[in-house]
Amino acid sequence: MPHDYVAPVGVEGIYIINTGKWRIQHPVLAEEKCVKCGKCFMFCPVGAIKRRDDGYHIDLEYCKGCGVCSHECPTKAIQMIGEEGK
Amino acid sequence: MSHVEVMTGNQAASTAACLARPDVIAAYPITPQSSVVEDISKAIAEGKLDALISEVESEHSAMSVLEGAALGEARTFSATSSQGLAFMYEPYFRASTLRLPIVMAIANREMISPQTLWASAQDSLSVRDAGWIQYYVENNQEILDTILQAFCVAEDKRVLLPINICYDGFYLSHMSERVDVPDQAQVDAFLPQCYKPDHIYLDPDRPMAVDPLTNGDLLMEYRQKHLEAQQRALTVIEEASEVFFNLFGRHWDGCVEAYKIDHNTKGAIITLGSMTGAAREAIDRLQSEGLPIGLIKIRVVRPFPKTELRELLSGIKAVGVVDRNVCFGWNTGIIYQEVLAAISGSPSIVHQPFIAGLGGEDITIEMFETAARQVVTLAQKKNGSRDQETIWLRSVSEEVHK
Repeated sequence: MPHDYVAPVGVEGIYIINTGKWRIQHPVLAEEKCVKCGKCFMFCPVGAIKRRDDGYHIDLEYCKGCGVCSHECPTKAIQMIGEEGK
Repeated sequence: MSHVEVMTGNQAASTAACLARPDVIAAYPITPQSSVVEDISKAIAEGKLDALISEVESEHSAMSVLEGAALGEARTFSATSSQGLAFMYEPYFRASTLRLPIVMAIANREMISPQTLWASAQDSLSVRDAGWIQYYVENNQEILDTILQAFCVAEDKRVLLPINICYDGFYLSHMSERVDVPDQAQVDAFLPQCYKPDHIYLDPDRPMAVDPLTNGDLLMEYRQKHLEAQQRALTVIEEASEVFFNLFGRHWDGCVEAYKIDHNTKGAIITLGSMTGAAREAIDRLQSEGLPIGLIKIRVVRPFPKTELRELLSGIKAVGVVDRNVCFGWNTGIIYQEVLAAISGSPSIVHQPFIAGLGGEDITIEMFETAARQVVTLAQKKNGSRDQETIWLRSVSEEVHK
């Protein structure tokens, strides 16, 4: 993957490891149970949860599947589901 | 116009640093470096230098502050010695691998134990493979001139690497010499007045992630580019030396200096740093006796000027390397091993390691005469062994060990 950078930097979307590949389970958010408290957003150790006007979204490109969001969710709106084949 | 002052090596370092218009300085006091940053601090307090100084609680923090500052487009300077450098090891690596052109003086001091304060390049040579450029200089004028050149080389787009200017603690740091001090306008004509990075920076208007988690494939590419930049620096260092000579009239021979070597020279002594002065005297004396011996001063250890050294040694039969440091596990000094690596393709050269001057012991003219005579003997010997045992040049009295 040759590129022009001489120092380790990342700009939007490129040259950063896709940590989602490391995952053996992924979070699934049940919208109807979500109270939009933002705890998952605050606790996600890799910043893979984004806040938007309509609520919270999980970026599966970077989510490592650690399950911290599911553990912290007060309404049990996030379930961890095993990845197929892992 | 320049003017002449009598100043210590540390004053030469702080004077040069101030003339280079740094934006941020961070350092923690350690002997024999302390007065470098004390004087910069004083210059800022008196309004002579417009810069920020960060009085940190450790060398680890000093280097970390400078890395943040350099990412924020600041020109940065620091100074340290020995244990301070050792404590800085972790961010020291990051400075070079993030390609930040930080300039740092090192007043060389022996490493513990036993407790010691005095000269040896053991500290900086032990981190020679951490990706920085390292100059080793001979006198106070060369300290001042080389710090100015270092900013120029470090910020060159072909290089973009941090640089150490290493000089022997006490022998230079605390010894006063005549130093020609250029004025600000002269320095401004030599060195751009600010540092403007476009390869790595922290700027809210141009957001980027700095130092993200990176896979091995990409890491190898960064390392390859880093090694290539080190090799390009050999040329840039020579260029900076030339440009400096044209503006200031003082010539420091780029990466390597040959002293009194010509086609008749059969043996050479190799030196680093302040010991070179005594070595020059010894060579003068022995040449006046007709001995075919010359001197090579290595000024830049990283990148190592292997091609230039090989050329200088092309007609030489024997070489002796005097190290004020040790290479544990090889039973020699470090520069000896570096020289050996450079001349490994020249099987006809006999090489002799010497260790001298550890912990600030004086390396006398007489010791250099002893070393040089040994090298001449080896040069004249037929079919001698190439691999010589280390000779320790010591003046210690027997009574010490009673």
